[in-house]
Amino acid sequence: MRIDLNGQSLITQAETLAGLLDEQGFDAASVATALNGAFVPRPQRALAKLTDGARIEVLSPMQGG
Amino acid sequence: MFYGTELKSRLMLGTAQYPSPAVLRDAIAASGTQVITVSLRREGPEGGAFREILTESGCRILPNTAGCHSAQEAVTTAQMARELFNTSWIKLEVIGHADTLQPDPFALLEAARILCADGFEVFPYTTEDLILGEKLIEAGCKVLMPWGAPIGSGQGLSNPEGLRRMRAHFPDTPLVVDAGIGAPSQAAQAMEMGFDAVLLNTAVAKADDPVAMAAAFGQAVAAGKAAHDAGLMPRRDMGHASTPIFGMAELA
Repeated sequence: MRIDLNGQSLITQAETLAGLLDEQGFDAASVATALNGAFVPRPQRALAKLTDGARIEVLSPMQGG
Repeated sequence: MFYGTELKSRLMLGTAQYPSPAVLRDAIAASGTQVITVSLRREGPEGGAFREILTESGCRILPNTAGCHSAQEAVTTAQMARELFNTSWIKLEVIGHADTLQPDPFALLEAARILCADGFEVFPYTTEDLILGEKLIEAGCKVLMPWGAPIGSGQGLSNPEGLRRMRAHFPDTPLVVDAGIGAPSQAAQAMEMGFDAVLLNTAVAKADDPVAMAAAFGQAVAAGKAAHDAGLMPRRDMGHASTPIFGMAELA
């Protein structure tokens, strides 16, 4: 299916958010995730099913004021 | 006390816009700060080095919701930050205007209500408006962060009288002047007025020598707090001789 990951459109084989992080090589312990604008806590990533057109944000600490 | 945490240094420092990670690390150390603000962005290649600096600094992390323009965005960002940094502290910024970077008071209050109810310890970036301050406190905020001037402007305290009224109106609420500070003298001014802390970023990061400027701000904030605690003399309209007249020779 085609999804939107951090603003980039891509095709994924993953069915869940946890699977997507694994597939895309993210360090799952050092990022926070949102699916379609809603926060998905770490323990729920394996239950968060991806659907065609889903918007996923994978965020990490960044310099800020 | 900031949500039960006593801070010796009353300077809170932002971590953005430094010329290099090494300068950032040294500036944090030179400032003496115990609280640094950080943000969340899409995972990039440089994430690891920054995480290391955060851990090494030994500072408390105050994540922000910088760049959010709606309550919903800010709430989601705060939830992500809480998981990532393992802290319920959040500097809540909901920006209402792109040029002034003025907070959107309505969305700010809406987000503050949601986050306080969800157990967050919210540091709302607000204006000097007293009614908004009261509503934020009603929502559960135990700290308020009024702006000095627009973010990154370096203008200092645009509305000192308004800030003075705010200080008087909320005598028991920790108040942090956040944003717009450009020079150590302005930070000292805020502290002399009785504010509990100052939060700044650009004035240090964009100095010719950020590490030296960080130290200067650390000293100015400490001096301003010491001056407030010592009790400033009352202002007078006219001159008043400090040398006694008694015992003066008649030489005319």
